[in-house]
Amino acid sequence: MPIAIDMPKMTDTMEEGVLVEWAVEEGDNIAAGDVIAQVETDKATMDVEAYDDGVLLKKVAQAGDSLPIGGLIAILGNEGEDISGLLAEHGTNGTVAAAPPEEPVSVEPKPIPVETAPSGDALPAAGLPTNGRTKASPLARKMASDHGLPLVNLIGSGPGGRIIKRDVQAQIGRAPAPAAAPAPTYVPSDRSVDSVRISQMRKVIARRLAESKYTSPHFYLTADVDVAALITQRTMLNDYLAKSGGPKVSFNDFVTKACASALVQHPDVNVTYAPDDGVILRYNYVDIGVAVAIEDGLVTPVIRDAQQKTVATIAQEIQALAVRARDKKLTPEEMEGSTFTTSNLGMFGIESFTAIINPPNACILAIGGIRDTPVVENGAVVAGKRMKLTLSCDHRVVDGAVGAQFMATVKELLESPLSLLLQT
Amino acid sequence: MAELQLREAIRAAMVEEMDRDEDIFLMGEEVAEYNGAYKVSEGMRDRYGDRRVIDTPISENGFAGLGLGAAMNGLRPIIEFMTWNFAFVAMDQLVNNAAKIRYMSGGQFSFPIVFRGPNGAAGQLAATHNTSVEALYSCFPGLKVISISNPDDAKGLLKSAIRDDDPVIFLESEFMYGMRGEVSDAEDYTIPIGKARIAKEGDAVTVIGHNKSYWRAMEAAEMLEADGYAAEVIDPRTIRPFDWDTVIASIRKTNRCVIVDESNPFASVASEVAFQIQARAFDDLDAPISRVTAKDTPAPYAKNLIEYYLPSAEDVYRACREVMYLD
Repeated sequence: MPIAIDMPKMTDTMEEGVLVEWAVEEGDNIAAGDVIAQVETDKATMDVEAYDDGVLLKKVAQAGDSLPIGGLIAILGNEGEDISGLLAEHGTNGTVAAAPPEEPVSVEPKPIPVETAPSGDALPAAGLPTNGRTKASPLARKMASDHGLPLVNLIGSGPGGRIIKRDVQAQIGRAPAPAAAPAPTYVPSDRSVDSVRISQMRKVIARRLAESKYTSPHFYLTADVDVAALITQRTMLNDYLAKSGGPKVSFNDFVTKACASALVQHPDVNVTYAPDDGVILRYNYVDIGVAVAIEDGLVTPVIRDAQQKTVATIAQEIQALAVRARDKKLTPEEMEGSTFTTSNLGMFGIESFTAIINPPNACILAIGGIRDTPVVENGAVVAGKRMKLTLSCDHRVVDGAVGAQFMATVKELLESPLSLLLQT
Repeated sequence: MAELQLREAIRAAMVEEMDRDEDIFLMGEEVAEYNGAYKVSEGMRDRYGDRRVIDTPISENGFAGLGLGAAMNGLRPIIEFMTWNFAFVAMDQLVNNAAKIRYMSGGQFSFPIVFRGPNGAAGQLAATHNTSVEALYSCFPGLKVISISNPDDAKGLLKSAIRDDDPVIFLESEFMYGMRGEVSDAEDYTIPIGKARIAKEGDAVTVIGHNKSYWRAMEAAEMLEADGYAAEVIDPRTIRPFDWDTVIASIRKTNRCVIVDESNPFASVASEVAFQIQARAFDDLDAPISRVTAKDTPAPYAKNLIEYYLPSAEDVYRACREVMYLD
């Protein structure tokens, strides 16, 4: 019966050895005690001696190979003996591929033997083939999943590279291993990457805005609006509304109303470019989408027929829609079919910005914050109140002059706010 | 608290119950005149007379059946087997009658009976006198199985077993009869059947062991303590019904488990416990469940071999370190 020569445990801390050089050749007669090879351990290069007499039938490991303790180095036996069975028991890397059956066992799975173990008895789990699977304990798998850590990003310190609790803990930077634990071989860093599943809303935002930016040639028109009169007007209106129990009106509501009125005057801005149908859709109504930031995204509820509504009504509707948006209670119908959109980041201290057109609109108005700024009036520098509005236009359907005329009207209306109150 | 030997604690339980209830009697080989093969029943014949402490011939099948008949007719027998190895000839009485007649009679007959005696390895007694029977009897629905590791549990659980209206298999140990331990002297001290005992708290690994294996678990826990790890040691005390709640709660804390069981490994108590743990706490496991059992051979006679055959504290310690990924 052929005899396996395994990688011996040559030092207390040795886990694997590198076969440095063979001292014998296949076919050589070997006597017990003969040096057959040199093996480099973590401490030194040492001689491996044969424990039995026989002919060296096969060198399983080649010079330079690294093998775990118990890994098959060579096979000894009688000339011409069949060694296929012994080789089959071992994986391609020279380690034992499967447990030999019918061996009485007391501790399961077998511990890695500390002392010299009889040949064939040692089953170092570290040598088991992985078949390309990411191996992880059930607990580690669950912890990684709970923390959104992809298992493939973790390095397993368990047998055969199994990812275990301490590996996941190290990654999420939580409780370290017990104080007395020996230093782990893998030194983790505190860096981590969370992978968060893309929400349906995020997918829609990404698709629609990318499509818009890729297909609509955007250009931008910025107007600096004098809002001193608007501020006075708004204060008066809100004082009045407060007495009558109505909701307060914001600057945004005035801008929305100004857009509605200006769109009636400039119907070429209130359009949809529909090349597939070979037409431009021009609306005789103004439905304004209002961008509302919500917890994990953005929605645009729509004010229908804004051209027919007063500032106070628009204010009331926007407030109601914003609440429903944040509670995620908007119906799809409430967010569809706008003809124009506004987006306001003034409350974050943004002076001006450019927005991406919300399809199928032709334009979107980006509203900046009101700021104190020195202005020239009648040849003198005085304190002024200004607000920047930036219109993004789809140049396929709105040309520069058309957009600019629309912006001039918006500016004019906001600078003469009484006119907005006069209009329904 | 009184310090008693295990045999004295078992005797105290029987005496307290027999004083309380005249329907209880003790029957078995050498229990009366010889005061018990292991002196468990010492003095009981003098106290209760031949009518309630009865010597039998060497006929386990006969006196086990006699006990069951008495139980069916309203008495509450305690049947002592000199060792559980001798009870194999009474298997039909235990397995077919004791375990099943209450079920088959639609509850018309029950068996308030305790079968007790030493179980498992007892040194150089060779293969036929070293058998662990807990897995065998636990696999039959209808039998309760208790296996004790110390005098206090022995007293509290034997009293509960005697009072139970169903047949109870009560497993002791030759090796432990002389073991001394504190026993509660609370009046009418009983321990509920089916409740495990957390003997030592810890968070590093759960070690489960009953009877002698409990002590191997405790010794291994001490060795781990020296390494800086706190093992949680659980003595299930009752094998059936098993206290899964206590074990599973512990696994949720430690994420790993070693079961110590001096039975042969195949289809042992350790097998079932490991199955239940993986089924009930799969996502809490960080390592394969490990067990330390007797070797898968008949018990050898030679001293060195029987020592090698049985689970040792060193075996348990190594298994613990392995599931903790320390080696």
